[in-house]
Amino acid sequence: MSEGSRTLRISLTVNGKKVEGDVEPRTLLTHFLRDKLSLTGTHIGCDTSNCGACTVLMDGYSVKSCTMFAVQADGSSITTVEGLERDGKLSRIQEAFREKHGLQCGFCTPGMIMSTAFLLKENPHPSDEEIRWGISGNLCRCTGYSNIVAAVKYAAETSGGDSN
Amino acid sequence: MYPGSFDYQRPQTLQEAVRLLGTSQGDARILAGGMSLIPLLKSRLVSIPTLIDIGRIDELRKIGNTEKSVTIGSMVTDHEIENSRIIGDRFPLIREVSRWIGDPQVRNRGTMGGSLCHADPSGDWGACFIALRGKAHVEGPNGSREIDSDSFFTGPFSTSVDISEILTAIEFHDIDGMVGSAYEKIERKAGDFATVGVAVQISIDEKGNCTYAGIGLTSVSASPVRAAKAEKELYGKVLTMRNIESAALAASHECDPTDDPLRGSADFKRYLVNVCAKRALIRAVKEAGGVL
Ligand SMILES: Cc1cc2nc3c(=O)[nH]c(=O)nc-3n(C[C@H](O)[C@H](O)[C@H](O)COP(=O)(O)OP(=O)(O)OC[C@H]3O[C@@H](n4cnc5c(N)ncnc54)[C@H](O)[C@@H]3O)c2cc1C
Ligand code: FES
Ligand code: FES
Repeated sequence: MSEGSRTLRISLTVNGKKVEGDVEPRTLLTHFLRDKLSLTGTHIGCDTSNCGACTVLMDGYSVKSCTMFAVQADGSSITTVEGLERDGKLSRIQEAFREKHGLQCGFCTPGMIMSTAFLLKENPHPSDEEIRWGISGNLCRCTGYSNIVAAVKYAAETSGGDSN
Repeated sequence: MYPGSFDYQRPQTLQEAVRLLGTSQGDARILAGGMSLIPLLKSRLVSIPTLIDIGRIDELRKIGNTEKSVTIGSMVTDHEIENSRIIGDRFPLIREVSRWIGDPQVRNRGTMGGSLCHADPSGDWGACFIALRGKAHVEGPNGSREIDSDSFFTGPFSTSVDISEILTAIEFHDIDGMVGSAYEKIERKAGDFATVGVAVQISIDEKGNCTYAGIGLTSVSASPVRAAKAEKELYGKVLTMRNIESAALAASHECDPTDDPLRGSADFKRYLVNVCAKRALIRAVKEAGGVL
């Protein structure tokens, strides 16, 4: 990476694929993913670090991609909601959200799902209280959360320890 | 929404970071987890010509464990702090406070070092740092120095860390006796900044006398502050319900909260300081094995 130039070259892994890009330092990770890579599954809700709609995994940790510069993700491995399915099959967490009706408009869902992926990786069998704590960085304006908690619980029960 | 343009540098060593900061003539700022700085840059409340990202400096990511103290590198994340047994077993207060910072995503990026340097009057780490009488290790062009918790905060969003200096680590020393601690935070909603926060650590000797009293308050003054009068109500005395009540009352009198439309009136916050201090002290004394 060269310093001092107006754009910097970054290379990272996104959903298992190596990608490179030239970005201004101020380019947010969320814009890099949505605008340069056309991965629009990652939503921008509040754009002020509060709602969690933009949550992705960076090296396995949930982060708000509207509150990170793409240059900070240089060299890392990013997973977005598009990276969860396998061979056209939804992941357990995605299945669980469908099964338990864990969404209405769906705007918060990609972020909720990525936070759930992180939560279940850290704690494969969370209690209801731990689930609510685990998704406390994600806001939903539709569901009232009950079905989301049920979906996360269902994902935990059906995952057999596989955090995906 | 994105910030104005800036230059970005990512040193690999502390030495290089100190050099870059020193030669920037005040134009550069440190970027740690970005959980306070990036929202400020995005909303264009601040603009900074050069950001020096210290996120890849390995020596700042260490947790040091010596016989007398634990040292937390300034780039150790809140999530790592929350999950560190070294830290949590020796300083349960630090673990307890870590869980109150924002939300999981914020804790995955944010650092104690960044929070202290940001010096938000409502920061949770400030209260903890004061209650435990932590020491901040900083490094600058003239070498390294230590700043104790009583001279760290100098006002809202300002500290005694010079703009040419980097906070490298925060050190917490063990204390003698039977130790107990607690953090009581009132928040409007999950993940919010404190309406009021009270961090407490006490220790008692075998006769039941208080041999250490540390009480840090947040959200009720221009910066996180020590409740020094409240500590005096406890230090050297047998910890009874009565002493706890007078300490909590003293804490509520010595802070200086403001009326705010979001989190309540100054009187309300004073009342909460009294309640939270009492709750925290009762829990801490019980944890230390004291009888009330
Ligand atoms: C949604 C949300 C909720 C939050 N909730 C809470 C909460 O409940 N309680 C709470 O206390 N905080 C909360 N915060 C604030 C935040 O967690 C901390 O202030 C933050 O983690 C700061 O650490 P950082 O590493 O992210 O620092 P940055 O944002 O990178 O930096 C903050 C400031 O400190 C300076 N700085 C950082 N590191 C150093 C260093 N090593 N040496 C010198 N200067 C340095 C920077 O230049 C900058 O001015 C919240 C933030 C968000 C976005
Ligand atoms: S869009 Fe990132 S937190 Fe709301
Ligand atoms: S389903 Fe609409 S915001 Fe959550």
